[in-house]
Amino acid sequence: MSRIGYRRLVAVALVAGIGLTGAACSSSSDKKDDTGSKATSSTSSVGTPLDPKTKVTISVDCEPPTTKKAERQQWVDDVAEFNKTYPNVTINSKDAFPCEDPAKFTAQLQAGSETDAFYSYMTDLQQVLDAGQAADITDYVNEKTVPNLADIDPGVLNVLKDGGKLYGLPTSNYQMGLIYNRKIFKDAGLNPDQPPTTWDEVRQDAKVIQDKLGSKGINGYMDNSGGNQGGWHLVSEMYGVGSKAVSDDGQKAAFNNDETKSVLSTLHDMRWTDKSLPATPGLQWGDVQKAMGTGKIGMYVGAPDDIPLVVQQYKAKFEDLGMAPIPGGKTSLFGGNDYMFKKSASPDQIKAGIAWINFKYLTLEKGQFNYPRNKTDGLPVGLPQPFFFTGASKAKDTETKTANATVPVENFKSYVDAQVPVLPEPPNAQKIYTVLDTVMSGVLTNKGADISKLLSTAETQVNSLLAASQ
Amino acid sequence: MAATTVPENTTKRHAGRTSGPGGGAARTGLSRKVRQNLQAHGFLIGALLCFLMFSWYPMIREFIMSFQETKRGTTSWVGFKNLNRVYHDPYFWTAWKNTAEFTLYALVIGFLVPFVVAIVLNELRHARAYLRVLVYLPVMLPPVAGVLLFKYFYNPDYGLFNHILKTLHLPTSQWLDSSHTAMISVVIAATWMSMGGATLIYLAALQNIPGELYEAADLDGAGLLSKIWHVTIPQTRMVLSLMLLLQIVATMQEFTNVFLLTGGNGPENSTMTVVYMVYQYAFRYNNFGSAAALGLFLLLVLAVFSGLYTRLSRNSD
Repeated sequence: MSRIGYRRLVAVALVAGIGLTGAACSSSSDKKDDTGSKATSSTSSVGTPLDPKTKVTISVDCEPPTTKKAERQQWVDDVAEFNKTYPNVTINSKDAFPCEDPAKFTAQLQAGSETDAFYSYMTDLQQVLDAGQAADITDYVNEKTVPNLADIDPGVLNVLKDGGKLYGLPTSNYQMGLIYNRKIFKDAGLNPDQPPTTWDEVRQDAKVIQDKLGSKGINGYMDNSGGNQGGWHLVSEMYGVGSKAVSDDGQKAAFNNDETKSVLSTLHDMRWTDKSLPATPGLQWGDVQKAMGTGKIGMYVGAPDDIPLVVQQYKAKFEDLGMAPIPGGKTSLFGGNDYMFKKSASPDQIKAGIAWINFKYLTLEKGQFNYPRNKTDGLPVGLPQPFFFTGASKAKDTETKTANATVPVENFKSYVDAQVPVLPEPPNAQKIYTVLDTVMSGVLTNKGADISKLLSTAETQVNSLLAASQ
Repeated sequence: MAATTVPENTTKRHAGRTSGPGGGAARTGLSRKVRQNLQAHGFLIGALLCFLMFSWYPMIREFIMSFQETKRGTTSWVGFKNLNRVYHDPYFWTAWKNTAEFTLYALVIGFLVPFVVAIVLNELRHARAYLRVLVYLPVMLPPVAGVLLFKYFYNPDYGLFNHILKTLHLPTSQWLDSSHTAMISVVIAATWMSMGGATLIYLAALQNIPGELYEAADLDGAGLLSKIWHVTIPQTRMVLSLMLLLQIVATMQEFTNVFLLTGGNGPENSTMTVVYMVYQYAFRYNNFGSAAALGLFLLLVLAVFSGLYTRLSRNSD
């Protein structure tokens, strides 16, 4: 081969390499599927349940990791039981903890590499739609495919709708409240059966705890200021005192008002005047839960699903934990989790995914509602969550849950009895939370924080983000 | 006879194998070169493909994305809309101010400290090798381990630094939890974790300074500071200049330390750098077009410094 010919060969190889690389990096998301899913074509209408003879493979994420032995085994057992009805459906489970890491989730959506049925937060809908990744399941979901559909709270389903079309099925939900440590309350001379219900009472009780137990390294209250948790908590707290995060049409910020300022002023006073908050606020998810689980704080704003976490991970005791309604009690932020279905999935894959979600998460006495099994496996039964069933389903669920309760349900009585009206998370919630993190960090880390200025700047930023999302 | 016959046969067989049909001495040499070059270029192509895939392609995509917007899975061209949006972000100048602040602190602390340490190491007569290893050890520590260590040191309630301050009856600090001290705390941690590499480079430069210059300075009665000012700094000027520019380029892209130590934003956005803001736009706001547009702004600024670096390194050759 001549030198010139050789150079040509190298040039051709390079050009081919560039082409291949470009192709490999192509962002045409609809072609990508790392799960190896395959399916036969659908032979029936989308509105009918999956034909048990259909041979189809689906990938599903959020299988509990092996470190959560009981939950993992339950998943495996449930797949086996599901396969008794649908022997030709192969569920390709992908384990994960936590089920959603927002940055990874965003990258997966951009690459189109999420599973056929993928776990998401209820706040994720707009992001998934913007990425063009959610299948419209309106025609797939009815009382034949999801028999308890009529008893699912319409408010919950509405969160998963856009333009009247349904894009997901709920698996759990919560409403925010005040988690408190009954033992610390007792040790500080407070009545654990009368938790605070307003911010003034929260401040008073936090100060009592601080004065009595501060020398032991116990703080009265704790809050977050980072990792979107600060913003999430602030929105929960402003809901509690009657403020909203955004206007009803979702176009403008609506939090720069006296109600929000009153919450922030109280937090600022608790941190800098009473010193009933720790010097280091929670920067990321898990910080306040750890503090509660290790008995270092008296109270924090949270959701009921934190309680098993602080017990299992940080060895707290169920009987030491209680829950009260969100301070203020005007409205409570509700949110939760759901599964959506990949837009490029075939009709049979979507049907199989819906059948699995229905079996695992929406059928009484099966899957997550198999309370006798949860009791045997040492998982908590009796926590006030999920809250999405109404009517006959709710009544039956409450009955079975109470009969098998393993946690002291009376510790959550004030939270359950309060019946605080719920409000969904604002549109573009995660973006708003990011901005409001700054407000919380200002109040919790700066003694001279100018609350009005913090809120005004955040308002401008949120308005800009909302305008960009239109 | 036997001794001469064998090499002849060997030569013939060798020649016959390599020349091939129509082959000659010149072609034999060329074929060998081709084979050798093929291997070399094989390696080269692999490296080039990696660069294409992980460096150049993302850069080109980023440039294109900065003029695009994706909604409902449909990508459209939006001209300068993304650039305009990020420019008018209320935190745009905050991020630049923080980045400049980080760079400034990194120059004062991260540039000066390794140079001083290198001078001290160079002056030592005993245990120099041992101390060199000690200085370099933190570089080998995984960044996350270093960050966790400093998070513990900085904790206002039970951290080591406040413990020391209390012991000395000095006022304690909020360190990472105050907007006044968060950035400097990040720089101190970052400097500790990365100064080993810079120190070794300065040390190598110092050891190249001819000893006669110091002897001459001694004869002139120069003191330590005078020797540093009149001999050490002029002799290492080129290395110092290059390291300075490299450090400016590197510190302006700061992300890891602020992300791990302060969650990215820090108290009241006091540690939000431009690169963290890019991350925020992409992975928190899910707005890749604006993230790319912000990246373009950064690229323009860094291009200036990179041009200076290229010019300086050409002069140093």
